[in-house]
Amino acid sequence: MSGRADTFWQQRRISTTTRELTCVACPMGCGLRVELDENNRVLSVAGNACKRGDAYARAECTKPLRSFTSTMRVEGGEAPLVSVKSAEPVPKAKLFDCVKAGNACAAKAPVAIGDVLLANAAGTGVDLIATNRVAKKREAIAV
Amino acid sequence: MEAVDLVVIGGGPAGMAAALEAEKNGVERILILERAKTLGGILEQCIHTGFGLHYFGEELSGPEYADRFIVLVEQNPHIEVKLGAMALEVIPGENRHRVFAVNQAEGLLELDCKAVILAMGCRERPRGALNIPGTRPAGILSAGTAQKYVNLEGYLPGREVVILGSGDIGLITARRMTMEGARVKLVCELMPYSSGLTRNIVQCLEDFNIPLRLSCTVVGIHGRERLEAVTVANVDENFRPIPGTEETIPCDLLLFSVGLIPENELSRAAGIAMDHVTAGAVVDELRQTGIPGIFACGNVLHVHDMVDFVTLESQLAGAGAAAYIRGTHDPAPEYLPTRGGNGVRYVVPQRVNRRQPQPLKLYFRVGEVYKNASVRLRCGETTLLQKKRPRLAPGEMEDLLLKPEQLAALPEGAELTIEVVEREGKDQIF
Repeated sequence: MSGRADTFWQQRRISTTTRELTCVACPMGCGLRVELDENNRVLSVAGNACKRGDAYARAECTKPLRSFTSTMRVEGGEAPLVSVKSAEPVPKAKLFDCVKAGNACAAKAPVAIGDVLLANAAGTGVDLIATNRVAKKREAIAV
Repeated sequence: MEAVDLVVIGGGPAGMAAALEAEKNGVERILILERAKTLGGILEQCIHTGFGLHYFGEELSGPEYADRFIVLVEQNPHIEVKLGAMALEVIPGENRHRVFAVNQAEGLLELDCKAVILAMGCRERPRGALNIPGTRPAGILSAGTAQKYVNLEGYLPGREVVILGSGDIGLITARRMTMEGARVKLVCELMPYSSGLTRNIVQCLEDFNIPLRLSCTVVGIHGRERLEAVTVANVDENFRPIPGTEETIPCDLLLFSVGLIPENELSRAAGIAMDHVTAGAVVDELRQTGIPGIFACGNVLHVHDMVDFVTLESQLAGAGAAAYIRGTHDPAPEYLPTRGGNGVRYVVPQRVNRRQPQPLKLYFRVGEVYKNASVRLRCGETTLLQKKRPRLAPGEMEDLLLKPEQLAALPEGAELTIEVVEREGKDQIF
């Protein structure tokens, strides 16, 4: 009798929310149902066909990360832009800040793949690095 | 006239991998003709990551993947590259072939060679192929063109965007334009499912609250000088617009991501036999076309979804061309045709030499989405291979591996069929 009452009150105390996600760990695309408590802690994951789905759901609900790619202006280069990526995935909520940070600066040619073009982009602690090379613009040849 | 051993047409991932593999197999005079100002092909504008997981075991951006090969090509003393060079014509001969090309520095080039590798890639299907009624204002582009403006040239070609087609290029462009400040108002897809990867649906659309409307198409284009709006409508099961479902969406940019077409003008003009499903050449397991000494690989042969597989396929073509040039190829191949059966749209290669000694991968694509099905390779009524597939989708290329002894055991004139088996007998317990 008392056991049932305890369970009842425990359930009442925790206000849970449910999130529905599509797993991207593989092309199967399992539909996931994640139950979260009021502190955004994962209580349960359902719908996943494998362990990777469970891990994906937990990461996605607590600390979603994205690999970030964009471009940066290049001064004095053969190309006007160079492609960049974050050295590591960044928090999903910081994606737009990272674009703005990258667009606010300019790299100087020559640029090599792997060059750090912006350290600690938008306060993420992650660097933006070049993913292409840009040669220095050659002097115009007089005709 | 310049004489070389091998001319490779196209300096993208296919052409570079083919040239490098041919060189590794002993070919000494190789020339790559590339139309653009840099090597790398379409990878140069694919700045997102996701390339190389299969081939390099790490996740790279497009330019990084390309650079792994560009470095090797540039260092290789046996490979010459002509940039800004447009191949005009391939003229097959008995023992040697001729290729005409043109570039700014040298004018018309006449090349005489033992073998040719076609690696021209593919193009996006344009508006004209869709018969969408309406005006012809500025602001209508293919998704790849918009990607080029944004990623290589630094222009945002519109601020309010509607995208027709939910293939991966459209999805990735939607995300990229959103991040640069445009508002993607809608992605509509004619089919009842998206051909894009789930990962891209989630990370390119859902992350940015971009709506995806399935079974929907563009039925009207408005605006005189500049695009002002598009009208979209739902379609029925025969893809006909359903009256009363029209919705007009103000926008200044309409992007098409509605399929890729192998760029085979040169191949057709050369008289190479084509496969009307892949829109590429009919090839054997070395990716040799019906004309001895002319090979094809990469997106010009059939449209791939992963560059890693382009690389692997092009290495087969490169090795095949090297064997042909050095005279170590099989002089009397005994070809068996392959074909797609139930649910399988096409199989590449379209024919295989029964006498070939290597484990052989047959690549194929299904026509619709299947869950918990299996794929079967059969010869007549004899099943050679059957493998379970939890999921099959048109957007994901599949393969089956055939052992050379299995192939050699087949009778002359046999036909290899790959098909989808929707439900296996053993699952039907009751």
